[in-house]
Amino acid sequence: MKNWDPRIEELPKADLQRMQYKLLKSLVYRLYSFSPFYHDRMKEQKVHPDDIQELSDVKKLPFMFKRDLRDNYPDKLFTASQDELVRYHVSSGTTGKPTVVAYTQNDLKNWTTSLARGLTSIGLGRGDVIQVSYGYGLFTGGLGMHYGAERIGAAVLPTSVGNTERQIELMQDLGATAIACTPSYLLHIGEVAEKMGVNIRKDTKLRTGILGAEPWTEGMRVRMEEWLGIKAFDIYGTSELSGPMFTECSEQKGVHIWSDLALVEVIDPNSGESLEPGEKGELTITILQKEALPMIRYRIGDISVLEDEVCACGRTHPRIQRIQGRVDDMLIIRGINVFPSQIEYALMAIPEVGRHFQSVVDRKGALDDLLVRVELNKDSFSDKINDLMLIRQNVEHRLRNSLNVNVDVELVEPGSLPRFEGKSKKVIDKRAL
Amino acid sequence: MDTGKYVIRQISIFSENRPGRLAAIAHALGEEKINILAFSIAEANGFGVVRALVDHPAKAHDKLLSLGFNIAFTDVIAVKMKDQPGGLYDVAKILGDSGINIEYSYAYSGKEGAVLILRVDHIDDAIKKIKSSGATLLERSVFH
Repeated sequence: MKNWDPRIEELPKADLQRMQYKLLKSLVYRLYSFSPFYHDRMKEQKVHPDDIQELSDVKKLPFMFKRDLRDNYPDKLFTASQDELVRYHVSSGTTGKPTVVAYTQNDLKNWTTSLARGLTSIGLGRGDVIQVSYGYGLFTGGLGMHYGAERIGAAVLPTSVGNTERQIELMQDLGATAIACTPSYLLHIGEVAEKMGVNIRKDTKLRTGILGAEPWTEGMRVRMEEWLGIKAFDIYGTSELSGPMFTECSEQKGVHIWSDLALVEVIDPNSGESLEPGEKGELTITILQKEALPMIRYRIGDISVLEDEVCACGRTHPRIQRIQGRVDDMLIIRGINVFPSQIEYALMAIPEVGRHFQSVVDRKGALDDLLVRVELNKDSFSDKINDLMLIRQNVEHRLRNSLNVNVDVELVEPGSLPRFEGKSKKVIDKRAL
Repeated sequence: MDTGKYVIRQISIFSENRPGRLAAIAHALGEEKINILAFSIAEANGFGVVRALVDHPAKAHDKLLSLGFNIAFTDVIAVKMKDQPGGLYDVAKILGDSGINIEYSYAYSGKEGAVLILRVDHIDDAIKKIKSSGATLLERSVFH
């Protein structure tokens, strides 16, 4: 099956935008009437639902932020009554107080539909066995993917995270054809498989990776595809949008955002001004049909670029490019903005560098200091110290050229850097600010 | 001339420069009952290379590889020296006079005299020149 719902997925852009306008208008009326929080915020901004006369009027509406969810913990932003709710998820709260998201029956249906379209667009369906190695529980990843995979008629192998050797055994025994997990966890699975003497390419049926929940790069995709003999697809979502929600299609040219479900904007994170397609900025999303916890112009904090051309796959819905970093992950080193993904991008182009690395930011005297620890590729080890020094110099040189800051590189033993089962932590900032 | 019998397989291991790394390597070899006949550590800023001649290089290679070490085989040669003042001079002069460039070397004083281990750029050529100069090369069978 090529499309889950060709009628919607290939609807002409003008029709999609008309649909978005109607949905936006009714959403704004509903929130103005039923959400004390958003009512007040619209009043502060001196905007009334009647001011929304066309789709681009969305720019008049106030933003919502992560802190709004925290400040209204646990349920003050919900716009459905408690007896309409069928699910809660809770974010881990690693960066502050936890946030709670809630779902009505329709919210779950839309979330599942969104994933059903995405998984179909990458070629999955009946007969596939999808191993869901995202965490199950309060995190949205496991259950979200689970429902989407079941909806398209695939068989779900709900392994969740952890117990990697058993994951690999089950992958072989039950013939998993696809795996959904973080890119870091797939790297870990690949390495553990090698140690167990299992060749993912030859000894398993795995052909597809659905990878997300953390930023990764094109270079990592190429390496992972070559190493494991799979096609790796990007998936995007955050708990505030529902969970993992949007994926790339078989073209692998960006993540399709279904226009009937979400209105995506890219804005300048400093001024809040809207940017044109093709310009890099902060993703801001309005979830058009959410009942329990609607989000209008939610500032996700992820940095990306919007592509509005019709995709080669025929789908008319806009795409976002790979997430290039987070507004709040951006490191400022000696006054220069550095995104961790830029470091990965530069490293993955250097053959001597292995798949794992870690950046440590510290302050030496008055100056910021960026140290990047890289694992040396097994095939690049030379017995001669001089060759190793040259490799290190080359890595330092390439990083300096692409980041515009001085970088110290440390070559470390393979396997010595931490491996991650969930979201990885590739940057350690030791600066006491 | 068959130079092959003088080519010795050294194991080279990448190691971070931090406490316990040598112990980890030595422990692994000990567990496999592998005897270390000679070894040296070359260090650079932050990392080093441990080089060793062992009695069972293939076994050592597989064991360390399974533990995740970066390990490689390197071909070296071993020249016998007189264990007395001037012994190193005799050998070094032969090498110098023959135009053999040493990439690195280390020595040990064994039961049967002192030995200089050498990594050179053109190993076959070096073996021939050293032999023709009258110095004694140890055969691979002495080690493994």
